[in-house]
Amino acid sequence: MLERVAVPAAPPVRRVTVTALLARHGAVVALAALILLALVATPNFLSMRTLNVNLTQVAGIVIVALGMTLVVATGGIDLSVGSLMAIAGALAPMLFLGRLVPLPAPWVGVALALTVPVLVTGAFGWFNGWLVTRYRIQPIVATLVLLIAGRGIAQVVTNGNLQAFRNPAFQVIGLGRLLGLPVQVWLMAALVLLFAWAMRRTLFGRQILAVGGNERAARLAGVPVSRVKRRVYVISGLCAGVAGLVVIAINSAADANLVGLGMELDAIAAVAVGGTALSGGRARIGGTLVGALVIQMVRYILLALGVPDAAALVAKAGLIIGAVWLQRQGRVA
Amino acid sequence: MKALSLAGRYGVVVALALLVLFGAARYDYFLGAFNVLSFLRYNSMFALVSLGMAFVIMSGGIDLSVGAVAALGSVASALASGLGWAPGLLAGLGAGLLAGLLNGALVVRLRIAPFIATLATMLAASGCALLLADNQSVSASYEGSFTGLGQGDALGLPIPAWIALGAYAAGSVVLNLTGFGRTVLATGGGEDAARLMGLRVDRAKWAVYAASGALAGLAGTILAAQFGAGQPIEGVGWELFAIAAVVVGGTLLTGGEGSVGTTLAGALLLGLIFNILNFENGRGWISLSAYWQSVIRGLFLLVVVVMQAKLAGRPVPRDA
Amino acid sequence: MLLEMDGIDKAYGGVPALRGASFAVEAGEVHALIGQNGAGKSTLIKVLTGYTRRDAGQVRFRGQDFAPAGPQAAQAAGISTIYQEISLVGQRSITENICLGRETRRFGLLHWRRMHEEAAALLGRFGIQVDVRRTLASYPTAVQQMVAIARAIAFQAALVVMDEPTSSLSDAEVQVLFGVIRQLRAEGVAVVFVSHKLDELYAVCDRVTVLRDGRTVQVSQMDGLPKLELVATMLGRDLSSVARAGATAFGAKRGRHGAALLAVQDLRAGPRVQGVSLDVGQGEVVGVAGLLGAGRTETARALFGADVRDGGRVTLDGRDFAPQGPGDAIRAGIGLCTEDRKAEGIVPELSVRENLTLALLPRLARAGIVDETRQAAVVAQFIKQLDIRCAGAEQPVGQLSGGNQQKVLLARWLCTDPRLLILDEPTRGIDVGAKAEIQALIRALAASGLGVLMISSEIEEIVEGADHAYVLRDGRTVARLTDAGLSEHAVMDAMAHGAHAGLHAPMLDAHA
Repeated sequence: MLERVAVPAAPPVRRVTVTALLARHGAVVALAALILLALVATPNFLSMRTLNVNLTQVAGIVIVALGMTLVVATGGIDLSVGSLMAIAGALAPMLFLGRLVPLPAPWVGVALALTVPVLVTGAFGWFNGWLVTRYRIQPIVATLVLLIAGRGIAQVVTNGNLQAFRNPAFQVIGLGRLLGLPVQVWLMAALVLLFAWAMRRTLFGRQILAVGGNERAARLAGVPVSRVKRRVYVISGLCAGVAGLVVIAINSAADANLVGLGMELDAIAAVAVGGTALSGGRARIGGTLVGALVIQMVRYILLALGVPDAAALVAKAGLIIGAVWLQRQGRVA
Repeated sequence: MKALSLAGRYGVVVALALLVLFGAARYDYFLGAFNVLSFLRYNSMFALVSLGMAFVIMSGGIDLSVGAVAALGSVASALASGLGWAPGLLAGLGAGLLAGLLNGALVVRLRIAPFIATLATMLAASGCALLLADNQSVSASYEGSFTGLGQGDALGLPIPAWIALGAYAAGSVVLNLTGFGRTVLATGGGEDAARLMGLRVDRAKWAVYAASGALAGLAGTILAAQFGAGQPIEGVGWELFAIAAVVVGGTLLTGGEGSVGTTLAGALLLGLIFNILNFENGRGWISLSAYWQSVIRGLFLLVVVVMQAKLAGRPVPRDA
Repeated sequence: MLLEMDGIDKAYGGVPALRGASFAVEAGEVHALIGQNGAGKSTLIKVLTGYTRRDAGQVRFRGQDFAPAGPQAAQAAGISTIYQEISLVGQRSITENICLGRETRRFGLLHWRRMHEEAAALLGRFGIQVDVRRTLASYPTAVQQMVAIARAIAFQAALVVMDEPTSSLSDAEVQVLFGVIRQLRAEGVAVVFVSHKLDELYAVCDRVTVLRDGRTVQVSQMDGLPKLELVATMLGRDLSSVARAGATAFGAKRGRHGAALLAVQDLRAGPRVQGVSLDVGQGEVVGVAGLLGAGRTETARALFGADVRDGGRVTLDGRDFAPQGPGDAIRAGIGLCTEDRKAEGIVPELSVRENLTLALLPRLARAGIVDETRQAAVVAQFIKQLDIRCAGAEQPVGQLSGGNQQKVLLARWLCTDPRLLILDEPTRGIDVGAKAEIQALIRALAASGLGVLMISSEIEEIVEGADHAYVLRDGRTVARLTDAGLSEHAVMDAMAHGAHAGLHAPMLDAHA
């Protein structure tokens, strides 16, 4: 029997494989390719109008996906965002139209409409976080409750009626322009920067990553895990509220049956395509933005090429599976 | 604790019975043949989807694609309905089965989390349904006997109700009296343990997703037959109904425990809430909009989920 | 011989876990398999049960070459393993847990009545009467273990491997288990018994195999084998030789007695901590020794507020100290370096910088915003001071070597300027050079006035590194060793014999 000598574990070599590279930068590469394709294949892509259309459509998804990114970074998920958008969208017109409280002046209504719905959805977000931390209910299940009940609440308070309105002061967030770009695009950009800064610079941002990266270790290092988790759900609720306001402002109407329908899927897809691991511990704010843009570009190009919307759904399905699969490969490698 | 767990298990049956008694006492035509038969005819579809969901959830997974797969099934069956009821049925079932197998492949082979995998299948199935139907509803053939699958009666009960009853009877036998059924439960109760026990876990997972897809396809076939058209945009939110029905029926969302009979009770209970709201509004005393049903569903789900969490008694870790 | 394993080699990623290990079991014997953490016990069992493949060596079972493709194959061949956890499904009934995989059928369907009878009969053989229809989880651990054994019997096992079966059993339950084991022996079934509780080994085992560093170092009859010799063999200490001074890098021993810092009296927490008492003074390194499962890690967690305490009194600086969570302990100036770096220490994907300052962050932040200049200064200071070898502060900590990860974790606590540091196996899994550095560091920290509570399985670390030491056994403090009384012999004696050790291990002296 040959005596074997203990060999210390070799330091992990950073092997750069194609899949690992794709897992890391796939979304950016995909976006670049899609933009090139759009330039070649679709007419008038390089116009302000096209840009505005695409950015307007993507703003709502991005705002929701930002909150979702934080939730996912803690290892959770928030299915209730679409329904919370509907709640915010239902409440706002009731406020500025004076149906809920008498208005001493129109601007009071607008001020209330811009704040109260967002606070309400934030409170619902807290409820999600409470279920997750107090009862240790899996996030999918806990947020499923409000996914189902939330839209019902919005439908009940509006009795399912479409609320059409014209309120320029309120609709600035959907129809206004600033330096040629829609206001909600500026709002989206500001939120992206705020979130990116918060993840990099604040105590909270780092605690989110620690909780998602290794919850037991975080707890033993004194990180208030439950509080951090509750807060990300609150933030996700707040983001959904803002997005709900933007969407109804664009449409000049709030339909509780439709506002935010399926948004949870778009947001999760944007997060996943953007490279934030669904298992937690990572938060790529810029990635989420790129991920949302990728999804939007696919939709836009297929539409511009005359491919039915239906095929875009299939493409989106492939995109999500591809992104998640690549992530898994990246982790295994 | 035992009383609580009994309540968790059979509470839904008691609640269903109470609701039926309440309705019977309060509304004139509640137990009338028309209401009962149309209730059963319509809710059979949801019952079928809930049955498949129950098996998936018992195995520890989830299937978000059932609504879209039902829509796909309805389109496929409507397209094939000109050939007769059997080809129509096979087309609907087959389309659902294919979608289910796709879920199985993604979950078992690519090891993608069920939530994400079935979410993608949901999008894909919805897209396929729209493509096949060219973005509109597809009329089913009235010449053959296809529509009988949804509109016909046999021995005094609607055919969809017979189909659902048959499926539940089969599901109950499979779950309680076959090794496969127990393997599904063991897989949900602890996948690693089930593997260590030498059980064929992967096969069980394939099978539950395939079954869930096929049952959703079947529900879609009934949908097309009942309304005379394949509906590519139907089925939105069916998965939520099914999950709620399964959970209210006392099946643990974390897997490992569940029952076929109480799932049926859960599906009927949720359907009945809508029915009773209609009657109540018909009396004109109060006007509770139909929209309350999703709020009530959500509340049911909340109560059950919190109760299950308390029963499981998971300790809350300390992080002051 | 029922089972013969010879020259078994197994390496994980280049690190050998088994080096030519051998193991032989006769039919109808109860064979103890013991060794320290990392000695290779679990690897040997995994090879035997087909969970992993051996790199080299020969296995013969029932006289034939044996290379199971997986646990199922091993089970079919007659080798059943009873793990501490996860081997059964708690939510399912006892019958299902016993019979699933070889169900009784009638007309193609499950014959429940027959299966219930079989399950009840199997358990009845061990004198256990339970309702087999109820879920497994509704019964105490002891019954669950019997069910696992019953399943093994139902599968006609010729060899049953029990991995620490008594770790969560009460004394009475252990007796029932022993009854079952003896009955198995009488029926000609061989049992491999893995445990660290010496009394149990002596109570039920016929022979013992000791593993150390992946090799088989001793095989002998249990009868007449002195406990002390067994412990010494397991730990790799030669009883006759005097401890070589300087085996560690702790330097000259001081035997300091600092002003009182932490006093623990009769601490109880969960099943593993049943009465631990110890003192730590300022500037002292206090060792905690004990075999696996003696309750050392659990004591550390309870002191740190991570687990709920059931009783006892803890004072810090003379004041009652009852943290509600790690946060309280950290604010009070305590740090805990966990034993399991991967599971409870590092956040692998985060950078050295973030990992190092994780506990300090609240103090580095003003209005929630981290002062990155101060953070960078702290990180740079500790990377230099502890000589943490990394590509830079931004490198993910998961890419560092074990020793450097450990230094990052030490720095995580040192930068909070603690008064008491609890170190659970601070040098486990670390190469020799880094080990010496960390040992020297611990000594230097104590010299600067820090109190250190050091849990270690390496006896020389306790003897040379600690100013005084406590020995835990089955969740209780059984010895306090100071000055000349702190010798390898005394520590092992207390581990082996507990409080009744007599000569070498003075009984726990009353708190001064």
